[in-house]
Amino acid sequence: MEKCWQEKGNYHTCYSGAINTNRHKIKMEFSPIILSSLSLLSLLFAAIVVPLVISSQRLLIAISFSLTAVASLLAVAAGCWVVGSGLINKLILPLGLPNLPFHLRLDPLSGFFLTVIGLLGFFVSIYSIGYVKGFLGKRSVTPLVIFYSLFMAGMFLVVLADDAFFFLISWEVMALASYFLVMFEDEKTENRRAAFLYLVVAHVGAIAILLSFGVMAGLATGFETFNGYTFDAMREAKFSSGWATVAFFLAFFGFAAKAGVVPLHVWLPEAHPVAPSNVSALMSGVMLKTAIYGIIRITFDLIHVFPWWWGAIVLFLGLISTVMGVLYALMQHDLKRLLAYHSVENIGIILIGIGLAMIFTSFNLPILAALALIAGLYHTLNHAMFKGLLFMGAGAVLHATKERNMEEMGGLIHKMPWTAALFLIGCISISALPPFNGFVSEWLTFQAFLLTPALPNALLNLLIPLGAALLALAAALAAACFVKAYGVTFLGHWRGHHNPPSAPPFMKGGKGGVEVDWFMRIGMILPAIACLGLGVFPTFFIQWMDIIPEQLLGSKIAASAGAFGWMWLTPVSHERASYSGFIVFLGILSVVAVVYLLLHTRRTAVRRAPIWDCGFGKLTNRMQYTATSFSMPIRRIFGFLFNIKEQVRITPPVPPFNKGGGGGLHYHLRVRDRFWNLFYQPVADASFWVSRQFGRLQQGRIHIYLVYSFITIIVLLVFLR
Amino acid sequence: MKTYPLITEILQIVAVLILAPIFIGWIRMVKCWLQGRTSAGLFQPLRDIIKLFYKEVVLAENASWIFRFTPYLVFGVSVLAAAIIPILSTDLSLALTADAIVLVALFAIARFFTALAGMDIGTAFGGMGSSREMMIASLSEPAMLMAIFTVSLVAQSTSLAQIALVIGHGPFILRPSLAFALLAFVLIAIAENGRIPVDNPATHLELTMIHEAMILEYSGRHLALIEWASMMKLFLFASLGIVAFFPWGIGEGSLKDIPIAFVLLIAKLFIAGIVLVLIETGLAKMRIFRVPEFLGSAFLFATLGMLSYFILE
Repeated sequence: MEKCWQEKGNYHTCYSGAINTNRHKIKMEFSPIILSSLSLLSLLFAAIVVPLVISSQRLLIAISFSLTAVASLLAVAAGCWVVGSGLINKLILPLGLPNLPFHLRLDPLSGFFLTVIGLLGFFVSIYSIGYVKGFLGKRSVTPLVIFYSLFMAGMFLVVLADDAFFFLISWEVMALASYFLVMFEDEKTENRRAAFLYLVVAHVGAIAILLSFGVMAGLATGFETFNGYTFDAMREAKFSSGWATVAFFLAFFGFAAKAGVVPLHVWLPEAHPVAPSNVSALMSGVMLKTAIYGIIRITFDLIHVFPWWWGAIVLFLGLISTVMGVLYALMQHDLKRLLAYHSVENIGIILIGIGLAMIFTSFNLPILAALALIAGLYHTLNHAMFKGLLFMGAGAVLHATKERNMEEMGGLIHKMPWTAALFLIGCISISALPPFNGFVSEWLTFQAFLLTPALPNALLNLLIPLGAALLALAAALAAACFVKAYGVTFLGHWRGHHNPPSAPPFMKGGKGGVEVDWFMRIGMILPAIACLGLGVFPTFFIQWMDIIPEQLLGSKIAASAGAFGWMWLTPVSHERASYSGFIVFLGILSVVAVVYLLLHTRRTAVRRAPIWDCGFGKLTNRMQYTATSFSMPIRRIFGFLFNIKEQVRITPPVPPFNKGGGGGLHYHLRVRDRFWNLFYQPVADASFWVSRQFGRLQQGRIHIYLVYSFITIIVLLVFLR
Repeated sequence: MKTYPLITEILQIVAVLILAPIFIGWIRMVKCWLQGRTSAGLFQPLRDIIKLFYKEVVLAENASWIFRFTPYLVFGVSVLAAAIIPILSTDLSLALTADAIVLVALFAIARFFTALAGMDIGTAFGGMGSSREMMIASLSEPAMLMAIFTVSLVAQSTSLAQIALVIGHGPFILRPSLAFALLAFVLIAIAENGRIPVDNPATHLELTMIHEAMILEYSGRHLALIEWASMMKLFLFASLGIVAFFPWGIGEGSLKDIPIAFVLLIAKLFIAGIVLVLIETGLAKMRIFRVPEFLGSAFLFATLGMLSYFILE
């Protein structure tokens, strides 16, 4: 592909092919980056102008979220265009620091993430039109609208930024906007606490990223100028292995904090559940992916030469996150918290792909690296779709029942048929079951694992297969977890305990559905279709995104992946392994249809009868399996990984027995994150201790403060004269 | 499209559909003989299925569409798997659809829906069965993957047809890696199919049941489909073991191979059934919390197979 650099005023655009020699023609060429700038402008318009102009809250919701939906579509168009054509677009904004204007760059890697963010942003924006109406009359939605738009703009800018300063500014816009979104329902202590924890972890991470950029910029050009802060300078630079390691691990720490890699994940299950569900969908579905983008950008693009053990560490942390994420998810009975822990798991799966790609790259096996990277990127896209869908589904349930605790739900499939069916698609996809999309990317990851015997390192050969087994364990546990989540929430009878006053009327035996409105339904139907499409036609999407490993690693897999026709995905060769989601889907569907028709040729009777109660009189809803009882076997087997406190209290019966004096058993279970006690509690205790020591300086008496000032002046005079 | 793969494909699906209940009948027959009982005959499971198809369906009051859809799906998955595994011939028109990993995942989707159906009716039995089934599945999956990994090291492929070809044409030597993998595979197959010592397919209304607990509320044609599918699953696991470890005699591309392949298959299944009965008669059902140890040893065997490949071969 021929590439050329052109200067047009402030606009740098690179085309393949056409060469325009007229350097001073100031004409804005219509290019992907212009398209993405348009998207950003409309987001800013939605954030700043619309809330000022429109006073009606109902209209504000409709207009702002329509604008963000349009902006998302523009971003998707720009992203698809760039990935499809392999262009690299640049733009320098006349803003920013002296000698360091803001650089924007849109290459296939950013284009891919732009597409992912835009796609889910589009779905969630449609969903939000319906969902946010639920807050009308309770609180002002203006902050939600403003920060939602800013949040999306921040995410777009992170993947577009091409210098360290602008990257960090965008990173902060994204972090702060999402902080305010987590804080949206700020009357609850829980929410304020979660938001604060999020803010702290986000900023510790941001400092690490800042330091990493500092190291790289300093090594690129020295500390005299700002020029080193552009990513171009970093790309050109050659780093010594020691400093490169420092820069990589600082950046990895910062991005891992954002992505929720174990053990930096503790903020995630706190912050994601308390945010409004449309925001949780975006945070979990795409905000975490900006950290993945950062890791890929820094590793493969900016540093690009690294030893294998970096990849091994990434792989190891990915595996730990995968297994711990899913195990902790199994222990949850708060639907949104469960989903948040699954984000930890899925980020782990993505990191496994990236880690394997790094290992393969460092041993100079670019085709295998391309396979692993594609697996990671494909899972990024898939996770955005199904996690977005699941959080929107959880939001719909929350919207209808005002309840996040699964133990208080049950039987919703009869009341919310649409949500139930769509949530089921999300569950199947995330559990990595064919023919949906989660399976394709996990299968590709397994294939990358199975190719590790090609590595010329005996230790890795022996240890990496165990990683594959861990991934298999996590995939199976995820299926168990979603049987639990779906079964307890949507199936069976309502499990509610005391008929709380907050419970909606239909739960108390009332008739009628509580299905959500069409905006929310469409917001969920679209990602569900995407889940199926990405699972059934993976070859098209993999061919489309093959340009990314080609640019980053110099190799691609489509040549082999698509060689056997579009129906079959054959990552290395069809003798090695093959998968056809299309035939699996069609095959199962046709057998089901044929068998159904064969069995219904004659009139068939179906009789409804009460469930079998073993002859002991009426079964009650409280006798059903709950989320806690469902996960009990796994809790028992993997109990050593959790901090479990189990209590059984027996209250003896007191007469009169018929008036609630029947006594009873009280079972109390608390499962806590071990990592909190291991890593965070000591840090929190230490900082409290230090603060208390400093607190002693504050006496509250004016003459003591005057002494402080006096001493300070003396010291300054002595030392700085 | 060539006609040969298509014909073998259809022959194979029909063979699996009919042979699976007969295979179960054979297992029950041998078991009866070993326990000194009179058996109901080779064709009793087939007769049971036909009988169930004519029975009325009684649905639980609370059952949703998931409960009604599951039997069809489970059956569909089994038929598809029967079309994919090279049982009679390695040259099938659908053989490329799935490799060993996809096949495991196909069974996983059937299990996922069966577990959901168990939760759907809202009884304690159903939930208990689902919970235990998913627990056992979670533990058997890593062991299964390890076994696949070991076999794929030998065959350089996870494609089942390729595995059968490589192992069938390779020199006949006792590979320790494959021996360990086979041992692991047998343990996994016992757990996945709910056989003794992990689960007892002959129990009803006992607190120890797992698979039966999930499908307790099924009746009529739904039950028939589920039973048929689970018979096919056992049959398919047996043929999976045969394909991966004893593929000699499988057809490879001409219709003349098929009769020989068929006879050899019957002979191999004949032995597989006896081995399974010996295992089941020799062991007692274990407590549910001993199953992790059982599957842990399967994982260990598979890992030893992988290590012995790297060290010895």
